[in-house]
Amino acid sequence: MYNEHDIIHHLKHFLPAQAPLKDFIHHNTLHAFQDKSFHFALKDAKESLGYKTYLSLNEYRKRFRQGQISEQIIDKIIAKKYSDKNISYWKSKMFSSAVNEGVDPRLGIIRTKWTTEYNLEIDDFVHPLLFRILCSYLDQGISIWDFPTEKRSFIENIKHLESNTFASFFKTKEAKNKLFEEGNSIEKMLQIIVGDEAYFEPYLIDQQFAHQGWSGMVSAIEDNPSTLLVAKKISLKDIIFFELLLEYDTIIDRLGKDWKPIALSLEDSEKEAINSKTSYELSELDEILILFQESFEWSYYDTVLNALSYQFIKENNDEKSFQALFCIDDRECSIRRWIENTDSSCETYGTPGFFGVEFYFKPQGGKFLTKVCPAPITPKHVIQEIGVRKKQEKDIHFSKHSHSFIFGWFITQSIGFWSAFKLFINIFKPQMNPATASSLKHMDKLSKLTIENKNESKIENGLQIGFTIDEMTLRTENVLRSIGLTSNFAPIVYVIGHGASSNNNPHYAAYDCGACSGRAGSVNARALSFMANHPKVRQRLAEKGIKISENTQFLGAIRDTTRDEIVFFDENLLSIENKIRHVENCKKFKTALDLNAKERSRRFESIKTQKNAAKIHEKIMIRSVSLFEPRPELNHATNALCIVGRRDLSKKVFLDRRAFLNSYDYIQDPEGKYLLGILNAAAPVCGGINLEYYFSRVDNQKLGAGSKLPHNVMGLIGVANGIDGDLRPGLPSQMIEVHDPVRLLMIVEHFPEIVLKTIQSNPATYEWFENEWIHLIVFHPEEKQFYRFEKGEFISYQPLPFEIKSIENVESIIESQTENIPVFQLN
Amino acid sequence: MNYFMQLFILIPLLGFVLSLLIKEKREQFLSYTATATVGIQLFTAIVYIALWAFHGFGSYNIKDLSIYQNEEYQFFIDFYFDKTTAVYLLVGAFLSFMVVIYSRYYLHREPGYKRFFNTILFFFLGYNLTIFAGNFETLFIGWEILGISSFLLIAFYRERFLPVKNAMKVFSIYRIGDIGLLLAMWMSHHLWHENITFQKLHDAHLVHEHLMEHSLIGVFISLMILVSASAKSAQLPFSFWLPRAMEGPTPSSAIFYGSLSVHVGAFLLMRTHPFWENQLLVKIIIVFFGLMTMVVTTAIARVQSSVKSQIAYSSISQIGIIFIEIALGFENLALVHIAGNAFLRTYQLLVSPSIVSYLIREQFYNYSPHLKSIEYKFPQKIQHGLYILSIKEWNLDSFMYEALWNPIKKFARSVRFLNAKNILWFFIPTYILSAYLLYHKDLLPKQAFAYLPIFYAFIGLLMVLKSFSERRDILFTWILIIMSHFWIAIAIGFNANFDLKEVYIYLSGILFFGGLGFWVLKLMQRKEEIKDLTIFHGHVYEHPRVAQLFFLCCLGLTGFPISPTFVGEDLLFSHIEAHQVLLVFIVSFTFIIDGLSIIRIYARIFMGTHVKKYHEIAFKSS
Repeated sequence: MYNEHDIIHHLKHFLPAQAPLKDFIHHNTLHAFQDKSFHFALKDAKESLGYKTYLSLNEYRKRFRQGQISEQIIDKIIAKKYSDKNISYWKSKMFSSAVNEGVDPRLGIIRTKWTTEYNLEIDDFVHPLLFRILCSYLDQGISIWDFPTEKRSFIENIKHLESNTFASFFKTKEAKNKLFEEGNSIEKMLQIIVGDEAYFEPYLIDQQFAHQGWSGMVSAIEDNPSTLLVAKKISLKDIIFFELLLEYDTIIDRLGKDWKPIALSLEDSEKEAINSKTSYELSELDEILILFQESFEWSYYDTVLNALSYQFIKENNDEKSFQALFCIDDRECSIRRWIENTDSSCETYGTPGFFGVEFYFKPQGGKFLTKVCPAPITPKHVIQEIGVRKKQEKDIHFSKHSHSFIFGWFITQSIGFWSAFKLFINIFKPQMNPATASSLKHMDKLSKLTIENKNESKIENGLQIGFTIDEMTLRTENVLRSIGLTSNFAPIVYVIGHGASSNNNPHYAAYDCGACSGRAGSVNARALSFMANHPKVRQRLAEKGIKISENTQFLGAIRDTTRDEIVFFDENLLSIENKIRHVENCKKFKTALDLNAKERSRRFESIKTQKNAAKIHEKIMIRSVSLFEPRPELNHATNALCIVGRRDLSKKVFLDRRAFLNSYDYIQDPEGKYLLGILNAAAPVCGGINLEYYFSRVDNQKLGAGSKLPHNVMGLIGVANGIDGDLRPGLPSQMIEVHDPVRLLMIVEHFPEIVLKTIQSNPATYEWFENEWIHLIVFHPEEKQFYRFEKGEFISYQPLPFEIKSIENVESIIESQTENIPVFQLN
Repeated sequence: MNYFMQLFILIPLLGFVLSLLIKEKREQFLSYTATATVGIQLFTAIVYIALWAFHGFGSYNIKDLSIYQNEEYQFFIDFYFDKTTAVYLLVGAFLSFMVVIYSRYYLHREPGYKRFFNTILFFFLGYNLTIFAGNFETLFIGWEILGISSFLLIAFYRERFLPVKNAMKVFSIYRIGDIGLLLAMWMSHHLWHENITFQKLHDAHLVHEHLMEHSLIGVFISLMILVSASAKSAQLPFSFWLPRAMEGPTPSSAIFYGSLSVHVGAFLLMRTHPFWENQLLVKIIIVFFGLMTMVVTTAIARVQSSVKSQIAYSSISQIGIIFIEIALGFENLALVHIAGNAFLRTYQLLVSPSIVSYLIREQFYNYSPHLKSIEYKFPQKIQHGLYILSIKEWNLDSFMYEALWNPIKKFARSVRFLNAKNILWFFIPTYILSAYLLYHKDLLPKQAFAYLPIFYAFIGLLMVLKSFSERRDILFTWILIIMSHFWIAIAIGFNANFDLKEVYIYLSGILFFGGLGFWVLKLMQRKEEIKDLTIFHGHVYEHPRVAQLFFLCCLGLTGFPISPTFVGEDLLFSHIEAHQVLLVFIVSFTFIIDGLSIIRIYARIFMGTHVKKYHEIAFKSS
């Protein structure tokens, strides 16, 4: 009945899966529940682990009063779920019933027995020491005297340390002997501490979820050891065993012989509670919350659908001034609008920001490889940066010498006064410093990249250096076809990746491009441009039907989403005519960037949005490098939509930076071949971002990281509160406070039957839609009708006819509003 | 010069009071008030110091205000200014100014924005009172304010378990420091037969003369000062509290625990330096503890894998050196060192979140797996042992736990027989009888007077110990504290001529705040179900106003300078003779436990995880 392998596997599945800070990648926080339908999964997570999974009733009611939840939508949803007759019954419940929203989860029942039976707060004794040892063991470079490890497992290292020493981690001899006891195991320790085999699993769940941050980190590192630069061997099994020893130590030390295994003290009612399963039957509170959540979501979705249904798509073969490829990221939604607004003859496209080129990047002088493609992909290529000589700037304040007493003595007396000056400067005139995380530090602007493979046998670390002509052609073709850009090329096609800058921000990786595994997209942008410019690639593309004129040049660039800056690469390769055009385009980009900065500033209290755009832009730049600014930008906050279709569908709709936009032309992909690729990437990437924001927002304490203001950096891999706290995975409150927790609505422009066939062909992608973690709607391009995916089929969906106002001037709207702006029609 | 001096107390006081009146939602107004207060202080300080330099860097003293006076005793407020004050004033005002501006943006939209700035200004007031203090009494007022504001800042995130637990931990260490200071004050009354000012300590002849006759008393006073300074500056064996204080928002940790608060201990040593500079034994002890601190905390700092604890321990180690410098008489060097350390650690803490992007990048380019620290050259047994010991912070935390709290708990368990009933039936009649006897002392045999004070003080101690260990009945806990003060009063009454007026001063605060607190507790019990004191209730979530009121009661009852009990306590000590070691020990011990018991009640009812779970609640470990 006790099966260690299964239990550990089960635990690992449920623990937070967040990697160390430098590899922060958004994912569904409740990924372990994803095989269940959304609402049941939320109920299950609440009842088993005690998470809060919806907004509170008060928050929903407030949103209703503020008009964010429409009464008509509520009626419609109640009518559909129950019947017309029940509308008033449920509405009165929703608005006035006083239900207790408190949660009493199954988690912790057995563990609190130590307190109630023996007045022993076992966690208070075990946790601080355990966290400290784990953090020291996994530390990536904070400590000066690091854990004396060899290439052994964690527990072997502990044994090694304990075998030859005059001190010990343990207080009692008994516990230390257990460490060395031949054949001792988790099972044997559980036998001693818990006693009843039936409760081994609940006990371990309680134990590990009492510090889910550290356990999750260990589990993530165990699964992906290369995420640590300084390699460490560790496994969840090891730390469970070690923790059991520490518990045993504490019990012996505090209680002596006066105790018995804890499961023996369980009362029948407690046993029943532990063994209970989440029932499918919904409580009244569950039903009210579901009604509110769905009404909240569809109140917004329906306005969007209304606006989209007004749009018409016009064939336009006019000459284009330029074309620009952006990431699908919701932060690019507004900059694309401003660019099109500044130059009506240009065209913008959206595609995942690794631009279809997956590889490891090795910067000049770097000792490690950096993956720059979506997390699930394992690249077979490496691109190296060469030809630059970088000197890393140093900052004495991070020097370890300041911590020794002799050097420290000199440093405090000298550098100490320099610190006062630096502090003064940083407060009155913030600027970039050596510790700033900047999108431009990812790759040197003047470097060369080994994009083309010159010799296929050249392998480094099992990876091929650069891509062959065939490989380059394939990738270029895939990107161009998936976004529907196969003819009518403008003289310059910009490929613009994105990254972010911030100061004093341990979560900096969450600000960069998710499709590049939390890195800036500059190398990818350059790589795709190089490939598309390559004459041999052009030749093969032409053979495949994509004819790119000789005059057309691709140009890589990076946009900094925090600073609203664009930096271009390889501009010297442009032809003379294109150079002239490029200079003109740059002016347009500058105008658009200023306006984009202005639009973003409406969310920032410290900047007055009514000011001139260029002035605001300057302030935004200062803000991005301020030490004291916990919100250099708001990242994906408010994201709610993902539109897969032609740009004309959304070009004239004001979506307030809430949409991921993936360009796609169904006409060029009648079979849905490229659509599958898009959805395979968009569902986990956009869905992951959306749900991480959702859960960090609805329970910022348990599923998010809480306020970032008291955070302390632990071993360079995570953050915790104070020095004794558990790691805090998830997003800090400063990133999610303006977010409206709604699920992602994905809108695909194609025929329903093709989309159905497409999503069914990949079970992993299908699960997202089938279990309603993402809403899916298809826009029938010929009928101009919507179809909603429900219970495995597409059913015609008629949004409530909300009136969509049209506006002339976006600037006046953004100047007057700080909250979410409703959908508008742009003229 | 003298006329200005009070300005440095008035400005923070005004700013603090004003900040209390501003509404929670007016973020800008709040931060402007704080910025203006500290900014004006900084500006005034610069002008004042320039003038002072122009006048030749002298020392100035003013006797401000006499609060209480009898034939042999005077309680007065006194201010003093010299170069030590000048350095502390400048460093404090500059760093506070920077951090206030920093926090204005950093804390934007944080729940508790107002509370944060209130507490910062309160701290700033306490800091300035301390550094301008011209005698122990004035310094003690500042000292107490520093303690309370530290408690509030550490427990800023009061809805979580760890900040509250750590705030209580730090408070208990501070309490030890307070009592050290109280005892130093007590003994120095007996040494000088007056309320000595720091200026007079510079009179080498006077000091020498007094110490010649009472060298043991001199050592005692100096050691109490050292205990107090070590507790405040996190020296051995108290060092473990400093990293645990890093629970508030980073800027507050940076300024208080990185710089200002921890250097206040060093300030006390410098201030009293003329008193102990000729006591060789004291100097040897200070140097010894300084060296120990320096070595031990450096070892601990070297193994820290979290950035804030690393900075905390290296700061402590530098302060250890500063203590040595002061003891050896390098006053100027110490001042430079203090300023440098304060600036450096503040800045290091403020930029501590940057360490991830900085070190990861450095590692990415420079990592070498063969780089080993110096300790790898040690024999393995020593290396492993030291490593483990340093990870466990040389057991300092658990040492405190075992050495101090366990005996208290054990002792408290032995007074289990006390309960509400026998208090009512036995102790109240006994008390009335004792009070009657106090007025008719002639009824008692002469010999009894030697033992009665100790007997009564011991009952007081029993009461407060019982209060500290009582878990179930909250009202009973509170009443026990009030009663313990009454027993102490009667003990001193039998000891000397503690006249009615003084008793009134002492007990009026107790009665007023005790009574009010009792009423508040009753009110809370009516409103909410309060189980007992074994768990945190977090009722501040729904009852912030009541919590504030009760906090005031707690302050009043602990003898914080808002209550006449503050003067009363000092008076009371003046009636204990220099040779009555046991009595003074019992009384001061009672005061330590009394403070802890009171703060425990407040924390358990109002702070920590909210018992009603309808909103987001953090895991206990987070």
